[in-house]
Amino acid sequence: MTAMLNVKDLRAYYGQVQALHGLSFSLNEGSLTTLLGANGAGKTTTLRAICNMVRSTGAIEFEGAPLSSKSTENIVRLGIAHVPQGRGTFTTMTVEENLQLGAISRTDKAGIVSDIERMYEHFPVLKERYTQQAGTLSGGEQQMLAVARALMLRPRLMLLDEPSFGLAPLVVRDLFKILGKINREEKVTILVVEQNAQLALELADQAYVIETGRIVMSGNAKDIANNEDVRKSYLGY
Amino acid sequence: MSAAAEDAVTEAPAVEAVPKRAMTLGTGTSLAILAALLIAPLFVKNFIAFQMTMVMIYGIAVLALNILTGGSGQFSLGQSAFYALGAYTSAVLMENANVNYALTLPIAGLVSFGAGYLFGKPALRLSGIYLALATFALAVAMPQFLKLHFFESWTGGVQGLVVMKPDAPFGLPLSQDKWLYYFTLAITVAIYIGSINLLRSRSGRAFMSIRDNEIAASAMGVDVAKYKTLAFGVSAGITGIAGGLSAIVVAFVAPDSYTINLAISLFLGMVVGGVGWLPGSFVGAAFIIFVPNIAESISKGLSGAVFGVLLFIVIFLVPHGARQVAIAAQLLMGKLRK
Amino acid sequence: MELFVNQILAGISTGAIYACMALAVVMIYQAIDHLNFAQGEMAMFSTFISWQLMQWGVPYWWAFLLTIAISFAGGILIERLLFKPLAKAPVLTNVAGFIALFAIVNSVAGLIWDFTIKQYPTPFGSSPFLGSQLISTHQAGMIGVTLLMLVGLYLFFQFTRIGLAMRAAAALPESARLVGINTSWMIALGWGMASAIGAVAGILIAPVVFLEPNMMGGVLVYGFAAAVLGGLTSPLGAVVGGFLMGVFENLAGTYIPAVGNELKLPIALALIIIVLVFKPAGLFGRAIVKRV
Repeated sequence: MTAMLNVKDLRAYYGQVQALHGLSFSLNEGSLTTLLGANGAGKTTTLRAICNMVRSTGAIEFEGAPLSSKSTENIVRLGIAHVPQGRGTFTTMTVEENLQLGAISRTDKAGIVSDIERMYEHFPVLKERYTQQAGTLSGGEQQMLAVARALMLRPRLMLLDEPSFGLAPLVVRDLFKILGKINREEKVTILVVEQNAQLALELADQAYVIETGRIVMSGNAKDIANNEDVRKSYLGY
Repeated sequence: MSAAAEDAVTEAPAVEAVPKRAMTLGTGTSLAILAALLIAPLFVKNFIAFQMTMVMIYGIAVLALNILTGGSGQFSLGQSAFYALGAYTSAVLMENANVNYALTLPIAGLVSFGAGYLFGKPALRLSGIYLALATFALAVAMPQFLKLHFFESWTGGVQGLVVMKPDAPFGLPLSQDKWLYYFTLAITVAIYIGSINLLRSRSGRAFMSIRDNEIAASAMGVDVAKYKTLAFGVSAGITGIAGGLSAIVVAFVAPDSYTINLAISLFLGMVVGGVGWLPGSFVGAAFIIFVPNIAESISKGLSGAVFGVLLFIVIFLVPHGARQVAIAAQLLMGKLRK
Repeated sequence: MELFVNQILAGISTGAIYACMALAVVMIYQAIDHLNFAQGEMAMFSTFISWQLMQWGVPYWWAFLLTIAISFAGGILIERLLFKPLAKAPVLTNVAGFIALFAIVNSVAGLIWDFTIKQYPTPFGSSPFLGSQLISTHQAGMIGVTLLMLVGLYLFFQFTRIGLAMRAAAALPESARLVGINTSWMIALGWGMASAIGAVAGILIAPVVFLEPNMMGGVLVYGFAAAVLGGLTSPLGAVVGGFLMGVFENLAGTYIPAVGNELKLPIALALIIIVLVFKPAGLFGRAIVKRV
């Protein structure tokens, strides 16, 4: 397996404050990787740095090509979909318009139409509400919409920032099931940032643990889940 | 991390938060500038002294806007109305009631404070662009009110009022212009120090909390309505004093001296000086007084365009106004010392 | 009663001017979240370009189309050169930029075409419309064109992909970038479109107010006020606001004693502010809920 995304010595800054202190990791093609860490560890910043949304130094390569000099929108156009924290839903637009926006960089009209139908199959609740303003959806539905919107890009890599945030446990299970399915069936490489370590480790095959802007542990998700320290700090047993 | 990320997502507030300390100059620098201002008139002609006086007067008016915008985050295009009110109060009292010119200033300030407070009461429900529109209406209406026949016996109608220019008291060997320079300087220093103290006081903190986040401020128990109105009133009052001073120094008031153009000039002065940086108000005042003259001297037919280009150059080079220059200079000084 | 009806009619016909301008105001507000104080001057400049073209013998409608194209390109150029560098500057700095642009455009127009008042032709004629002395065929044509532009804008924003992308970029720039929209160019496009709409407004207004560098001063203020009244997020609101504004102004001038011509504007603005106190998002605007 080749590494699809390679991050080397990533340092990121908010103004004068350094948030990442030389982070390195890589994602294999087709993998489902999770990035674990407490509040303020730098998970969100890592994702934002990949899409060039924060000031950062270091090397980020996607399929061999460096990303650092590209604008956010051009990085997205390479096939990297990013579901941001807070979902980034276009609340004043309809559900269907949100999906269309996900595919705004594509030009194959027929493909877009069929993909919208496919999304409605993945997420039947969206079909019921397709003319509704997205802001009227519940939190779980909005998260589904955000994932669906990201998939409309036909991404090669999908970055998810705390998809479980604020959702009921049952909804989270559903969502994670779908993510697993997308990873297996559509061959989308996924990097998911999570505070809900237990679920994330069940879902993922690779895991990284990040603390105060540094990677402190990495490996197979199962091994990480069995690690004493991780169990104590993140899983609570 | 989430807090920082959140910040990046939410839009920048309309007015940048300027920390309290960064709103003023250090004591040493301030005293040096004051000393320079005290001896300056000894070396210059009357006309230059007059122009420097005008810079101080406009500076006070810009400072007043800065307290409102940089301090409490509200925006006003109606400052010219309060300036006019102050000017007319002073002029009418001096000409029709023979009140001593120095005594008219507190009255001008009080009248404008009252007007600003009353106007601010309903207007505080508006914010941003709506408040700008409301204050704009006030600025447009003011010259028309001053022209009304009803007031003509006091205000002189369209013609305006000519005021006696005061001589230096106690037989001081100063020309009228130079005496008024010192008179204005004293008042400017008093207002400047008073403003700094206001912004450092409990009320000042309340203003700034409203500027930075109105909802959070009210959640913390700041009486938002009260302090917004207060900021409006104080700003109007100080502007009124500036207006009163201008009536004394220029020795003439007329409705058309106080059009919306004056309000726009004061606004530009604030931006060029740096929003929220009090000393910048005087830099901005110098800009709005001298740059149009410079533009005129470069090209008569295109003076507007030259002014626009100069303004663009300034905001391109220093989008945060004179404050940015001051900070850069400070950093440079620090480096040189090492 | 007849006076009342007549005043309303007269109000609607002046309102058409404001509606036209308000549409351009809303357009740019949607794109960049600011009120462009130089918009009226840009429209005036466009109108002068069309006048110049006609002076050179270009037929009316060709001049009309050419002017729109030039204005569109000009709007984009102004954004790229002058306002893109200010995108990260404080909002008030941007406002100062608009004022600077205002001064430049006004002064340059005065230099090229001088400040004398010029006649400007109308393609609709200026005979009474349907026998009414208060509304001329030109004003009727102006109302028609304004409504056409409104429908055109609605179709553009609702049914084209680029319209959708522009809406997304205006609503949530960050999310828009994350679906691959080049938000910076969407802003430039917004400038171009606003400038083109402004050109149409200027060309329609010029036969009524006559052509000169200061022709837009008053009109823009009314346009702003109309846009704010209707709701800055709604093109339909802007147009309705424009007509209401015209009617307000005429009725106030007729029925409130002591309101001469001079006080019409403040009175109209005061009325708007009263409306806004009760309906802060404007008549048709979406209320924006603020979060801490």
